[in-house]
Amino acid sequence: MPVKILEIRWHGRGGQGVKTAAMLFAEAAIEGGKHVQGFSDYGPERSGAPIQGFTRLSDNPIHLHNFITDPDVVVVLDPTLLGTVGVTEGLKKGGKVLVNSSHDPAELAAKLGVDKGQVFVVDAKKISLETMGRDMPNSPMMGALVKVVGLVELPWINQTFEKKFSAKSEKVVADNVAAVKRAYDEVHGAAS
Amino acid sequence: MAKTSVPQIKMPLTGNDAGAYAMKQVNPDVVAAYPITPQTELMQEFAQYVHDGDVDTAFITVESEHSAMSACIGAAAAGARTMTATSANGFALMWEVLYIAASLRLPITMAVVNRALSGPINIHCDHSDSMGARDAGWIQMYAENPQEAYDLWLIGIKAAENHDVLLPAMIMYDGFIISHTMEVVETLPDDAVKDYVGPYKPAYAMLLDEKPFTVGPLDFHDYYFEHKRQEIEGMERAPAALAAAAAEYEKLSGRHYGPVETYRADDADVIMVALGSTAGTARYVVDVLRDQGKSVGLMKLRTFRPFPHGEVTDALGKTKCVVVCDRVASFGAFGSPTFMELRSALYEVAERPLVINYIYGLGGRDTGPDLLEQAFEEGLRVARTGEIEQHVSYLGVR
Repeated sequence: MPVKILEIRWHGRGGQGVKTAAMLFAEAAIEGGKHVQGFSDYGPERSGAPIQGFTRLSDNPIHLHNFITDPDVVVVLDPTLLGTVGVTEGLKKGGKVLVNSSHDPAELAAKLGVDKGQVFVVDAKKISLETMGRDMPNSPMMGALVKVVGLVELPWINQTFEKKFSAKSEKVVADNVAAVKRAYDEVHGAAS
Repeated sequence: MAKTSVPQIKMPLTGNDAGAYAMKQVNPDVVAAYPITPQTELMQEFAQYVHDGDVDTAFITVESEHSAMSACIGAAAAGARTMTATSANGFALMWEVLYIAASLRLPITMAVVNRALSGPINIHCDHSDSMGARDAGWIQMYAENPQEAYDLWLIGIKAAENHDVLLPAMIMYDGFIISHTMEVVETLPDDAVKDYVGPYKPAYAMLLDEKPFTVGPLDFHDYYFEHKRQEIEGMERAPAALAAAAAEYEKLSGRHYGPVETYRADDADVIMVALGSTAGTARYVVDVLRDQGKSVGLMKLRTFRPFPHGEVTDALGKTKCVVVCDRVASFGAFGSPTFMELRSALYEVAERPLVINYIYGLGGRDTGPDLLEQAFEEGLRVARTGEIEQHVSYLGVR
């Protein structure tokens, strides 16, 4: 049997921490004993240019080494990409789309041409500004993603922040943990 | 998992992280390097280890890759354990000195983070850099993933430094696809790595030996050929040294590294041959097609130099069709390097399989399961009909 793998594709713009999020989310899953891959597509490095990141998670070793073309989940860090970049391209049937947005999921679903049950939103910009004092959507999006995909748990994300950033500053860790928790609580789908 | 004699420490590492960490644990005497993407990150991390005092390596920053390899040659001849890393055009700039490192029998080890030899300008993966140097006299091993990038470098050091061999070794891993992809890597404790590679014992050391001698003087029609013969014979002893180094490493790590690795290939009608990261994707595709009842398998070629012809014929001699995937073009040749070497190795096999060649993935062209499936299907057709339509063709090009 081919190994079952959960594939996540991240869309954002250069400077929003797409690569970091794709890697950190994978790293967090290691805390839970998962096999993982975290990587991104390298183009000319320009701030503001559309960027893709990739995360694979599995209970078994992962041998694939190609871009994620048929994702189970798509994460959009920058809402201005909707309509500019084909974020839902190749999305698996019934796959999920998580968007950093203050808009209604049903409205975004119509725009993306997917079922409204597939779309989840969280206002990562607002959360980021209020918890970390700057617009850095990648951390809150990781928290929202925990809720949307299951499989990865909040404490694993927190432990990863602790490992990565505690040497730098305990405040950085605390702010990120707070952003992740709020996004986890606030992410929502369309009203049924 | 096999029982190991030391604990394995799981770390989230990219290929470059893994390479830098292996270097740190080895703590070489001298490293000389010049930055080039996608290798830069590896050397940047190692430079940080130097800065932080984690290693006591003499770290030489130079003005070009030609100088980097030249500095390595000087240091190695002086009696230092020496390492470096490069990619693509920087690797090409080392070209003439690569041969000198090998012919002076200096066991320098180097990571080559595979990247296309431009132009037009491209920074992404293919094997045109290292394949071009396949006759330079270096041991060459291709790593599939960050784990192998770590393991093979350690094994490479031990084999290169073996006094029966005394040849430099390069460890390849795919640019970006592996160099910048994070996976879980099992590392060995520092002490275990130090014990494994052992203290450096150079065969000859210009600055350490009591009796002075000259390295690399004129060598014309009187003795040059004899020295080349010795070099060739050093390479002929490399398989045994690699096997011994790998066997000892397996006791520590539980991970087995032969020159080739097969997967579901014993009874397969079609066997795909691939190097580096693509071998992983092909393994996935083998499982998909086996589920559909198709008789397919994989042979990963890990060691390209010395070419393991015996292992290759053992692995492929009984199949019907071999599909060779080459991430490099050899302009004007009948097929790409792996295809040529492999077909030659199979020539003496009584009922030799049909062999087809695909050129794929140049300049980092993404190569997913769909493309490899296409190649397997053509292999199955060839196996069924016994007819090759085209010996050399492309995968995933417009």
